[in-house]
Amino acid sequence: MRHYLDHAATTPLRPEARDAWLEASAIIGNASSTHGAGQDARRVLEESRERIAAVLGADPIEVVLTSGGTESINLALQGLWHSRGPGTTAVVVPDGEHHATMDTIAALVADGAEVRAVPLSPQARIDEGRFAAALPGAAFATALVANNETGTINDAPALAAAAADAEVPLHLDAVAALGHLPLSFRDLRGRADDAVGLVALSIAGHKVGAPVGVGALVVARSARLTPLLRGGGQQRGLRAGTQDVPGAAALATALELSERERAAESVRVGELRDRLVEGIRARVPAAELLGDPDHRLPGTAHLLFPGAVGESLLFLLDMAGVSASTGSACQAGVAEPSHVVMAMGRSEADARSVLRFSLGRTSTDADVDAVLAVIGEAYARASGARAAERS
Amino acid sequence: MSGGVDSAVAAARAVEAGHDVVGVHLALSRAGGTLRTGSRGCCTIEDALDARRAADLLGIPFYVWDFSERFRDDVIDDFVAEYRAGRTPNPCMRCNEKIKFAALLERALELGFDAVCTGHYATLVDGAEGLELHRASDNAKDQSYVLGVLTADQLAHTYFPLGTTPSKALVRAEAEARGLSVAQKPDSHDICFIPDGDTRGWLAEKVGTATGEIVDRSGAVVGAHEGAHAFTVGQRRGLKLGVPAADGKPRFVLEVRPVSNTVVVGPKEALAIAEISGERFSWAGAAPTASVFACDVQIRAHAEPVPATATVTTKGVRVVPDSPLDGVAPGQTAVLYIGTRVLGQFTIDSTVSAVPVGV
Repeated sequence: MRHYLDHAATTPLRPEARDAWLEASAIIGNASSTHGAGQDARRVLEESRERIAAVLGADPIEVVLTSGGTESINLALQGLWHSRGPGTTAVVVPDGEHHATMDTIAALVADGAEVRAVPLSPQARIDEGRFAAALPGAAFATALVANNETGTINDAPALAAAAADAEVPLHLDAVAALGHLPLSFRDLRGRADDAVGLVALSIAGHKVGAPVGVGALVVARSARLTPLLRGGGQQRGLRAGTQDVPGAAALATALELSERERAAESVRVGELRDRLVEGIRARVPAAELLGDPDHRLPGTAHLLFPGAVGESLLFLLDMAGVSASTGSACQAGVAEPSHVVMAMGRSEADARSVLRFSLGRTSTDADVDAVLAVIGEAYARASGARAAERS
Repeated sequence: MSGGVDSAVAAARAVEAGHDVVGVHLALSRAGGTLRTGSRGCCTIEDALDARRAADLLGIPFYVWDFSERFRDDVIDDFVAEYRAGRTPNPCMRCNEKIKFAALLERALELGFDAVCTGHYATLVDGAEGLELHRASDNAKDQSYVLGVLTADQLAHTYFPLGTTPSKALVRAEAEARGLSVAQKPDSHDICFIPDGDTRGWLAEKVGTATGEIVDRSGAVVGAHEGAHAFTVGQRRGLKLGVPAADGKPRFVLEVRPVSNTVVVGPKEALAIAEISGERFSWAGAAPTASVFACDVQIRAHAEPVPATATVTTKGVRVVPDSPLDGVAPGQTAVLYIGTRVLGQFTIDSTVSAVPVGV
């Protein structure tokens, strides 16, 4: 029996989303075709877009469907850079962002961008004051709504208001926050006008039970954004390419269900998570819960196991049927030291000794019990392995 | 599992023998190339993927473990330091000694495993005094030399399923029959952390260049060089000597003196070595009971073993070959054999020429 505690990586497909996908896949026709078959497809596509927009507090025209979080983030950051105001080269980027952001920014640096980094607090939170101080004159700013590793929730309304005040376009990466926090693009924009303040927000469907391969970038009406993909001019010319009707239908269904369940699930999953953390700390007193204790995604437990090799812990848990995460891995499959943990001011050794457990819709008490049954022994062995290495 | 054919077949045989097998790919370089080129390289994404696909086929779990820091400290930095000291190291032996059968084995034992199984060509024999390490049945592929650094404790947790297979061709055929995609993958020959195979260029980058003198055995300057580290004992090419030898015969590197950045050259006969000794030694199993004994000595992975007499003291090992050895460089490992059995090894610190200076 396998116990899946890596919902932040991807969460199981919802049966209703699968059904919606299958039903829409039976429609013949390209949504851009003007004949009746095309119109049938277009109808389902636009209905889906409206449902997605409703959940995200956006207008349907603002929802640009993409292949997922990475594409959305690339479109937002590259798009804002290539449409930047004359003479602006600074970009405001907090530490500890997702690799999709960091690597895109690195490419923009090669194109002349100058990064104004915003340090994280020891709890992985973006300091709103320092964020605001970095904004004046910047080409754009970006920030996570919630950190994908620690689960720490940032003050997105404050970040958006600061960007509006400084008249700088802002992209918010809501991939990790989706399904766990109320997200209203309209409310977050506040009194922003179309070109500055919050102009773009990224989400990925598979974090809420839609299939992998569908996501969205919410783009304010007249945000200045250069497209990545050019072709048939679909989706306001921001994302050319034949539109994925079944994907849109599945995303709409998953988002609606996730939003409907959100309040109750947050409580249920939060209680499971708290029991997991307390249980781990009872068995491994040295373990330390990372992230902000008060402002945290309900399903995420990011823990430091001092002196343990993260990849050994992961291996021992995996052998016991528990799927957890050490954070990101390189292409070859090597677990990398967590850049988020290092951005929190910790050592590289600490950054190699962390595990993230993330709970979700299908999590049960049995999953928590499975971790608690093995974590003590796993920690003893994984820290012994390190001691042996040193000798 | 390196992503090569040997470790894939070794894993397959271990599974078939009924062991509880987990595939581990070692990430040894942080800046590995992305894709393979020719026979070179490990640590590429493609090699890791090949290893993963072999594990998939065998139905075993597979993990990539990062030993790049240890590898850098114990193998790469050591390699550079040895060259800097005018010695000629064997990084594959260091990797076996410090990584595969040390760091990896220690972690494996802590995590509850019993042994590290590799695709090396060597055999283990249960002898009267414990486990013995022996040459593989296929002498052409025999890798017992590079395993000479293993100790009795390490041998006790080691498993070489390929050692008794009489040829590499059979291993490839077996991989083919098992449907392993790496069956025809070329062997890797070069030093894995020097991906383009240009050891001299790589060393020049690490050690830097500095002009120095090339002298003959009388001390007369016969040429100049850009850094003594680029030379190894026995080398003939690349000397670019301005002054021809009196007898017109080709000259070879006899000695590298890193402190004075000097390279000593001389005739081929002067390469003949009558005695080698070293302080850093280990026994691959039970230590010899006699302090003086007859054995064979092998000084390179593919050198012929030479009959010799070894003397062991508390300070180290001294070996006198029955006939002189050629091209011995300090830093090389001398592995001692009795028949097919690996007795142990030492790192060569000093040599005594068979030909007196002035000849």
